[in-house]
Amino acid sequence: MASDRHDIEVSVNGTTYRRDTDSRTLLSDFLRHELRLAGTHVGCEHGVCGACTILLDGVAVRSCLMLAVQANGHELSTIEGLAGKGNALNPIQQAMHEHHGLQCGYCTPGILMTMTAFLKENPSPSEDDVREALSGNICRCTGYQNIVDAMMAAAEALRTAAS
Amino acid sequence: MSTRYFGAPVKRNEDHRLLTGQALFVDDVELPGLLHVAFLRSQVAHARIKSIDVSAARQCEGVVAVYVADDLGAYWQPGPLLVPPPPIAGIIFNLRAQVPLAKDWIRHVGEPMAIVVAESRYLAEDALDEISVDLEMLPVVVDIERALEPSSVHVHDDLGTNISAHVHQSKGDYRTASARAHLILKRRFRYEHGISSPIETRGVVAQWDVRASQMTIWDTTQAPVFIRNGLAGMLGLGEHQVRVIAPFVGGGFGPKMMMFYPEEVALPWIAMQINRPVKWIEDRLEHFFATTHERGQIHDAEIAVDKDGRILGIKDVFLHDTGAYDPYGLTVPINSQCTLLGPYLVPAYHSTFTAVFTNLPIVTPYRGAGRQHGVFVMERLLDLVAHELEIDPAEIRRRNLIPPDAFPYKNEIIYQDFQPLEYDSGNYEPVLDMALEAIGYAEFTGGGQAKLRAEGRCVGIGIACYVEGTGIGPYEGAKVQVLANGKVSVATGIGTQGQGHFTSFAQIAADQLGVDVRDVDVVTGDTERFYWGAGTFASRGAVVAGNAVNEASKVVRQKALKLASDAFECSEDDLVLADGKVSIVGIPEKFIRLGELAQRANPMRGAVKPGTEPGLESTQYFGPPSGATANGVHAMIVEVDPETFDLKILRYIVVHDCGTVINPMILAGQIHGGVAQGIGNAFYEKLSFDDQGQLLNASLADYLLPTALEVPRMELSHTVTPSPLNPMGIKGAGEAGAIPVGPLFAQAIEDALQLKQKKVELLEIPLSPSQVFELAKATMKRAAT
Repeated sequence: MASDRHDIEVSVNGTTYRRDTDSRTLLSDFLRHELRLAGTHVGCEHGVCGACTILLDGVAVRSCLMLAVQANGHELSTIEGLAGKGNALNPIQQAMHEHHGLQCGYCTPGILMTMTAFLKENPSPSEDDVREALSGNICRCTGYQNIVDAMMAAAEALRTAAS
Repeated sequence: MSTRYFGAPVKRNEDHRLLTGQALFVDDVELPGLLHVAFLRSQVAHARIKSIDVSAARQCEGVVAVYVADDLGAYWQPGPLLVPPPPIAGIIFNLRAQVPLAKDWIRHVGEPMAIVVAESRYLAEDALDEISVDLEMLPVVVDIERALEPSSVHVHDDLGTNISAHVHQSKGDYRTASARAHLILKRRFRYEHGISSPIETRGVVAQWDVRASQMTIWDTTQAPVFIRNGLAGMLGLGEHQVRVIAPFVGGGFGPKMMMFYPEEVALPWIAMQINRPVKWIEDRLEHFFATTHERGQIHDAEIAVDKDGRILGIKDVFLHDTGAYDPYGLTVPINSQCTLLGPYLVPAYHSTFTAVFTNLPIVTPYRGAGRQHGVFVMERLLDLVAHELEIDPAEIRRRNLIPPDAFPYKNEIIYQDFQPLEYDSGNYEPVLDMALEAIGYAEFTGGGQAKLRAEGRCVGIGIACYVEGTGIGPYEGAKVQVLANGKVSVATGIGTQGQGHFTSFAQIAADQLGVDVRDVDVVTGDTERFYWGAGTFASRGAVVAGNAVNEASKVVRQKALKLASDAFECSEDDLVLADGKVSIVGIPEKFIRLGELAQRANPMRGAVKPGTEPGLESTQYFGPPSGATANGVHAMIVEVDPETFDLKILRYIVVHDCGTVINPMILAGQIHGGVAQGIGNAFYEKLSFDDQGQLLNASLADYLLPTALEVPRMELSHTVTPSPLNPMGIKGAGEAGAIPVGPLFAQAIEDALQLKQKKVELLEIPLSPSQVFELAKATMKRAAT
C-alpha cells in the first residue's frame, strides 16, 4: 500500500509535537508508539471498552476511534499529564488510590480521563450520575464499586479545593 | 510477629505507577529494530489444508518474513500436556494438544495458519490479505451431545472418537442410599461459562541477543517460570539463557495461565531466525478465538433425600465441552465434579463425566474454573427439593451443612491437586446466618415481599452456598533481601495481574523485618529475579507465595538479630527490630540500621564463622500438603420488570470465610470483581456460536461485559476460620465472588416471577431477559388457553 503521509502538530499535556505520520495511523497508536506516551491503553480498538479515552480540547474521546491526522492542531490530555509537581497524585488519582479503585490498572487511564472531563462538567454528581458516566468504561477487575466511591470522594475533594 | 500491617487495609504500593501511566505492560515494550507480527487465522472451524501460498505476501511493502507450519521444521511440535490426569482408577484421557501453526488440519475458527513479520503492525496485517489458502471444508461439530453420536465427524481424525476424557468418581453407595429415599428428583442442567475477557488482551515480545546468547521474552502470562522452562527446551537453550518477564499484566482470570499458545511459541523462534526483536499484540477479535474459553457442560443429575430434605445421595452424569484440544487436562471438569458437593453432607455420590472434543476454541480454566457448573447443579437441586417438600430454601441448606465438629472433612474423591478432597476447616452455619441477617431474609419472606407484590412489583430473593478449593500446591518460593540502603526486596516466581501482591507480600515482610511497608519492593513474574515457581492460579498466590515470603522473612529476621547480637555482644532476646533498625531493649539510642547489617553480612576482610551465609537475605519455599477450602454464602434481592424481563439487583450480600485475612481492602476488591464477573456470566455474557462454529458476537459491542450500571453495590462481611495447612492460616479468595452467582440469579428470578408456581424451572445459565421470556412464555400460553 502506497503510504499517504501527513505532517501534523498536536499539543499533548502542554507539549507540542510535530510528526510526519501515515494517514491511517490511529490516534491511540500515534500516542503510544510514535510519541511513546504509553500510559494510554488500548483494550478493544472498536470504541467499546473505553481504556484508550483521552481528552481532545477538554472533551473525552476514544483515541482508538480517531486517526492521528484528525488530531492535527488540537490539544490533547493523557494520563501522563494528570499528576502535579513531583509526580504528586491529583485529587482524582488520589481518590482512586485511597478507595482501591484499581486492580490490574489497565482500564484505569481511560477511567481517569473520562472522569476528569465528567467531574469538570458535573462537580456535584449523585452516585447514579457517576455510574452512568462510568458505564462507557469497562473494568473487568473491580466490580466498579470502589471506583464509584472514589469518584464521589474525588468530587468532594475537588469542590473543597475550588471553594 | 508484630501486627502492624498484617490484617490492615494497607493502600497499595503499586498504585502510583498505574495511576500515572508509568507501569510497564507488554505492549509498552519498545526496542530498537522492533518488528511486528500478525497471524493469518482460519475463518472456518473444520477443514483440511490443501495449500497455502504466501509468495505474494512475501513481496508486500515492509514484510520481512512469512512463515507457514513447514517453515518451522523440527520446531513444529504439538504443545505439552500441562496438567496430567489425576490418579483416578479407570480414567480415560486422550491428549490432543494445540500446534504452533495448523499444518494439515484446521480444528476451530481462529487457529493460526501463517505468520507475517513486518516493519509495522499495519503492514503485517496488510500482507495477511495477500496470502491465499486452499481448504477442503469438513463437516463441523459444535454440539457436545451430537459429537458423541456414532455418525458425528471427528475433531481428531486419528482418534476415532470425540471423547477427550471419561472419569468416574464415587463416594459411598448411591444405589443403596437412593433406595431409602423419601424423594428423588432428576433434572437436566446446562451451565455455560464465557470468556474472561481481560481488558488487556494477550501479547508477546521476544528479543534474541546473539552475542550474549540470551533470549528475553515479555509475556502476558500467569506462569512465567513454566514458560521459561518450556521455551528453553523447545529452543534448545538452557533455562539460564531464557528470561521471561510478566510485567504488569492487565487482568488474567485463568486464560493467561494456559501455556504455549501458538504465539508464545512462534515469537521467540522468529526472533532467533531474523535476529531482530518482534512483538505481537492480540486484537480484541483475535482474543475471542485465540485465547481460551471456559464454556459449557450438560448435567443429568438426581438427588435423593429423606422426608426432612436431608441429602442421602447425588448422582450426576455430565458432558463437558473441551473444545478442539485438551492441553490443560481435566482441571475444569474435575473442579465441577468436586465442587458440586459444596458445604453439604453428601453420604453417597456417584459422578461420571465425559469431556468432549468440538470444533470450538480450547477450554481451560477461567475464574471459578468449573466450580460454577457444579455449584449450580447442587444449589438448584436443593431449591427443587425445598419446593417439593415445602421447606424454606435457606432451611434446607442449613439442615445439610457440614457441622463444625466434622472437620477435617473427607470427601473421599480426588481433587484437581491430585489429593483426596478434604476440607481443612470451616464453620458454615454462622456464615449462612450472617447472610440471612444481612439480607433481611426473615422480614422479606415474612411479609416484605408480599407487600411489594401487592404494589405490583416482581421482587424475589435468592441464597446460595458454596465452597472454594484454594491454595493448592505444589509450592512457591520467595527471596527476601535487605539492601544496603535499608530497603527490603522481595521476589517471587508467580505473576501478578492486579491481585495486589506488591502490597500484601510487602505487608508480610514489613511486619517480620520491622520496616515501613512502602520500603518493601516486591518483584513478581521475572524469572531473572526468582528462578522457581508454578504460577498465579486457583486462588493460590497469597496462600502459597505469601507463606513463602513469611518463611523467608523470618529467616532474614533471625539473621539480622544474630548479626546485631554479635555486634552488641548481647543476647538476641535483648534486641528489638523496628523502624528499620535493631536496637537494644530499653536503650533506643543504641541501634544498628538494617542497611548497615546488610553491609556487615557481606564483609570485605576477616574470617567468617563456618556455615555463615553472606548477605542479609534468604530464599525459602512453601508447599501446602493440600488445598485449603474457603466457603461463603451470597444472597440477593432482585426486581424483574414483568414487561421487559430486565432486572435490577436491589441488594447483594456476600459473607465469606477465607481464613486469616492479610489485607481486607484487597480481599474486598477480589470479591467485588468476582461477583461482577459472576453477574456477567449469569445474565449478560453468552458466546453465541452457530452450527458452523462461527462466533456470532465476537466484539465487546455484542458480547456484553457488565458495566457500572449492571453491577450493584455489594455488602460484604466475613468470618475467620484459619486454615491449619499453613502457618499464617490463609485460604484463597480469588474466585469466591464469581462461583455462586448463577444459581442465585436462577433462584431469585424464579421467586420474583413466581415461576415455580407456574411450573417453570430455570435450569440453565446464562439467562437473559429474552431467555427468561422464552422460558416463561410457554406457561403464559398455557395459562391463556
